[in-house]
Amino acid sequence: MIISIASGKGGTGKTTVATNLAVSIETDVQIIDCDVEEPNAHLFIHPDIEKVKTITTPVPEVDMEKCNLCGKCGEICQFKAILVLGEMVLTFHELCHSCGGCILVCPEKAITETGRELGVIEVGHRNGLDFVHGRLRVGEAMSPPLIRKLREYTLPGTLTIIDAPPGTSCPVIASMKGADFVLLVTEPTPFGLHDLRLAVEAVKILGILCGLVINCSDIGNDRVKDYAEKEDVPVLMEIPFDRRIAEAYSRGEMLVDVIPEWKQEFKGLYHRIEEIVG
Amino acid sequence: MKELVIISGKGGTGKTSLVAAFASLAENKVLCDADVDAANLHLIMAPDIKERHDFQSGHTAIINQDVCTQCGLCRDLCRWDAISEDFVVDPIECEGCGVCYYFCPEEAIDFPVNTCGEWYISDTRFGPMAHARLGIAEDNSGKLVTLIRQEGKKLAEEKNLDLLLTDGPPGVGCPVIASLGGAAAVLIVAEPTVSGRHDMERVAELAAFFKIPAMVCVNKFDLNPDMGQAIESFARERDIVVMGRIPFDSAFTKAMVQGKTIVEFDGHCEGCKAVREIWDKLAQRLEN
Repeated sequence: MIISIASGKGGTGKTTVATNLAVSIETDVQIIDCDVEEPNAHLFIHPDIEKVKTITTPVPEVDMEKCNLCGKCGEICQFKAILVLGEMVLTFHELCHSCGGCILVCPEKAITETGRELGVIEVGHRNGLDFVHGRLRVGEAMSPPLIRKLREYTLPGTLTIIDAPPGTSCPVIASMKGADFVLLVTEPTPFGLHDLRLAVEAVKILGILCGLVINCSDIGNDRVKDYAEKEDVPVLMEIPFDRRIAEAYSRGEMLVDVIPEWKQEFKGLYHRIEEIVG
Repeated sequence: MKELVIISGKGGTGKTSLVAAFASLAENKVLCDADVDAANLHLIMAPDIKERHDFQSGHTAIINQDVCTQCGLCRDLCRWDAISEDFVVDPIECEGCGVCYYFCPEEAIDFPVNTCGEWYISDTRFGPMAHARLGIAEDNSGKLVTLIRQEGKKLAEEKNLDLLLTDGPPGVGCPVIASLGGAAAVLIVAEPTVSGRHDMERVAELAAFFKIPAMVCVNKFDLNPDMGQAIESFARERDIVVMGRIPFDSAFTKAMVQGKTIVEFDGHCEGCKAVREIWDKLAQRLEN
């Protein structure tokens, strides 16, 4: 089973839920941190990293000996990543989406592919927990191709918990697609509710079952609960605001280590998800 | 006209609450919400929308089943696995590269422009505002960020206002990169947690990569003063100006629930005092 943890709004507690859920369940668990722009799960899991792989995406390289300056490559490229200017072919690797169109269209077979570094994927373990995350190279704009590569590390036959990035656009979709269940984490505030609505819409577009964790459940107001009831999104867990939890988080400590009773709560959360997924 | 962009790396550190507070304090400014993915500033600003425009960007392939002979070339060439076995394009997977459209021997593929969001010009009680809404599951957020910042600049020039106050997106990827180009400075809102520090370091590296002068303030400082100080030391080592500390104050959430800035909600609370001090310093730096 694949459970993707998402939120819409950032900073609502996705990583807290993902990591604590991962260490509370007594089954084979893999955690994949897909928030490649700002991965945080490793700060709580402290995995021993055993493998680091640099991930690249193909970008064009033009052999000017062969090029006849016909300009077809510039015509097919939708991303303004290659164009013929006078006697030169300019390539802008950072704009390239790696579709391969320029290579296919070139009548002189003058274009080959080289790589642009997207970032790295690191694989490790901690106490029997399989850990994978990606780190987008700072300065690199495109995270979805790195996220798609990360998803290839999904181990069959285990429970995979995905820590998704915030928002509702392409990186989030890449982190939720193909999941069996999306667990949305929100806070009961106007910002939390607004972004939760967007996240629920995104989950509906993908046709995935979802449920809700309300973090800092005693701040704000009741409108998140009203919304969840109206939209038939089950509230599976509530975590009240507790300064001890916030302070422990600030130090990189796990909630279930600081207040061990929460381990039972996270087990219960997993069982409720199992029941829903069936 | 100068633009100040508020970013954070990590989400939920208080960017929008801080931008809203600055909106209460700053004079002669235009507001811009560049977090087009999950925009929130309008929830406090209650904008009166004056102009509404479609945001069009990119293309999606559509196969005309009446013309398609199912030769399979498009499926072979598509690098996104966006075309199903019965030759239907999944619009979520389609990257809009046009390779299938270009090479289809039957010319059976249409390639229309996407309408992937809306953008608005509004009036608020704090002045004009440019904001947007990206459609769910859409891409091209970077282009919408660039557009909305341009519209914000235009507004400032038309109305002769000298500050563009931009609420930026979280992360370090495409939308954040699009929110940095040409900015006078960025203010990074950090929180004193292991993840807040980690993410702040990455976004500071990004600002340095694009040579944008950076400042930092630590929100909820008292949650972990040691970590707060570590963030400040990191900043000083890299010539990032430390602008101040904001205490943990439940007034921020209470103000948000009422749709108010913290300055409007309680001008005398500790959170507001800290924000006011930071703003005074910021305003001074922006003048120079």
